Amino acid sequence: MTRPRFGIVVFPGSNCDHDAYHVAKHVMDRDAVFLWHKDTDLQDSDVIIIPGGFSYGDYLRGGAIAQFSPIITEVRKHAERGGLVVGICNGFQVLTEASLLPGALIRNASRRFVCKEVFLKVENGDTAFTSKLDTSLPMRLHVAHGEGNYYADPDTLKRLEDENRVVFRYTDPTGNPTPESNPNGSSNNIAGIINERGNVLGMMPHPERCSESILGSVDGRGVFESMVDYIIGERVEATA
Amino acid sequence: MYKANITITLRQSILDPEGKAIEQALGSMIEGALSNVRVGKHIELFVNADSREKAHELVENACKKMLANPVMEDYTFTLEEAETVSA
Repeated sequence: MTRPRFGIVVFPGSNCDHDAYHVAKHVMDRDAVFLWHKDTDLQDSDVIIIPGGFSYGDYLRGGAIAQFSPIITEVRKHAERGGLVVGICNGFQVLTEASLLPGALIRNASRRFVCKEVFLKVENGDTAFTSKLDTSLPMRLHVAHGEGNYYADPDTLKRLEDENRVVFRYTDPTGNPTPESNPNGSSNNIAGIINERGNVLGMMPHPERCSESILGSVDGRGVFESMVDYIIGERVEATA
Repeated sequence: MYKANITITLRQSILDPEGKAIEQALGSMIEGALSNVRVGKHIELFVNADSREKAHELVENACKKMLANPVMEDYTFTLEEAETVSA
């Protein structure tokens, strides 16, 4: 099979794991494996995807219990080695709970579950997750969450902005981050952020649901293409 | 053996939309008398420890590491001596 290999974490309650697997394996034509939450082996995966869903029934808080699972201990080590990790939706919550990303995702300001199409501006096209994305036009992706309201204290927000770590921002179709285009009340319309090192991404919208034209948008595919490009580049560098 | 009663609420700096909704409904019931509603979680657990200090330390640690998320939540708890594990 073809590298890079995507490892998709499966918790009891994950429900976007198969979508992520499908995109990695059948749309991108790459290696993909499922990683059960009790496993301690990442099966030599290059990219770890923590998918959306309701891990452990969202008991206590979204992602709160998942952070203590055996597989997350390994994911943490993978991130420390510089490996790519992407948390989508509930996966983003897991990454903040595990302190792999700063801040927290609190209840939507509307108190309603939001399931809709949103526009996202790619604020930083120079990352392992966004290099193949068009930064001139907002992307069209889908959100589906009840707790996606990104919160961080003012100092953390300032740092994220100053260091160009806000990767995706909710905007209107022309790219303006208006209050109306913010589906959940997130601070600064934040939809996705990366860690300091740039190898861990958390985002609330679902790129895996928008990677085939039959599903209405292919804008999410670029996130997968960027990661593939990054890993292949890394391999070429390693052998050069 | 100690029993801990733990209360977790959203930090004051964070808007609590559920509390707000309840407050508005209460306001229409009893005008102006009830305010600043905050909704939280109550967790009970038993602690097997020789001293109150040790029990306090164990619960504090559990709150910090797992039961509450310090980014968005505050917690308080009380400890009471308990004979056996029963509610």
